[in-house]
Amino acid sequence: MKKGLIGKKLGMTQIFVEDGRRIPVTVVEAGPCVVVQKKTMAKDGYNAIQVGFAAKDAARATRPLLGHCKAAGKGAFSHLRELRLDDVDSINVGDVISADVFAAGDTVDVTGTSVGKGYQGVIKRWGFRGGRSSHGSNFHRAPGSIGCSAYPSRVFKNKKMPGQLGNERVTVQRLQVVRVDAADNLLLIKGAIPGSTNGLVLIKDSIKAK
Amino acid sequence: MNKIDFIELEQMKKNIVPFKPGDTVKVHVKIVEGDKSRIQAFQGVVISRQNGGVRESFTVRKISNGIGVERSFPLHSPSVETVEVITRGHVRRAKLYYLRKLRGKAARIREKKYVAM
Repeated sequence: MKKGLIGKKLGMTQIFVEDGRRIPVTVVEAGPCVVVQKKTMAKDGYNAIQVGFAAKDAARATRPLLGHCKAAGKGAFSHLRELRLDDVDSINVGDVISADVFAAGDTVDVTGTSVGKGYQGVIKRWGFRGGRSSHGSNFHRAPGSIGCSAYPSRVFKNKKMPGQLGNERVTVQRLQVVRVDAADNLLLIKGAIPGSTNGLVLIKDSIKAK
Repeated sequence: MNKIDFIELEQMKKNIVPFKPGDTVKVHVKIVEGDKSRIQAFQGVVISRQNGGVRESFTVRKISNGIGVERSFPLHSPSVETVEVITRGHVRRAKLYYLRKLRGKAARIREKKYVAM
């Protein structure tokens, strides 16, 4: 990874292009992020930066957090995330990373926490077909048989069953940046990104970029 | 207003001629063919307007060679060059889908006598 940012998903809209087509975009308030800590190969065994996003009232911050953010000199932050970068030599603690590190046309990967759906059955969670609803089937949304009896006499690992759906870390790769608004720190990313509105997202340059 | 509203506002056309369902309009559509672009007109009766800010669209119906043709346009799209109002119609519905079942004389719309501007 060469560059990355923390952002807040603001919601979706559409923008028109010259020939009349409409592009669906997600608006992300990306940065400004402050480099709070720098991790180097020599000291920590890997290269990374820790960045802070969204200022936190000093009175509400714990003293350990204030101490941790002190070196950057930009107050405390609500969100701290680590970004593993290939090269950290040119970055210093206290540097501000804003949305203009990305340009229109860039390809990015976006990581977020998907919308939580709670405990769901196999139809919603795994796309099982279920049984017929009428004609006395008595078999509607149940998962059906989960294995055989005498052999193997157990349920295989990773068997698709009901359980928690959503509210997990999801990365969507290869999304296109349509527009960058440096003044408002906005990124317009083509298509949908994980998470709910106001959710925290990480925007990184794409690992599969062409 | 939040930041998304500003993005949408920026793309909305400011000088749209007010028109309503029932009005006969001529829509000038920009058509791009290869590297050339030309203007094509589509004239007919507005049978609905779907509001939604920058996503607002309207449907125009006309009879072409005896066949009813309907076309929906995104109002704020750059490909919709201008909307020209030909006549103002007097109707009592917001959506004139009933016109689809009518033919000829029955499908006429009374013209408005007094147009409030």
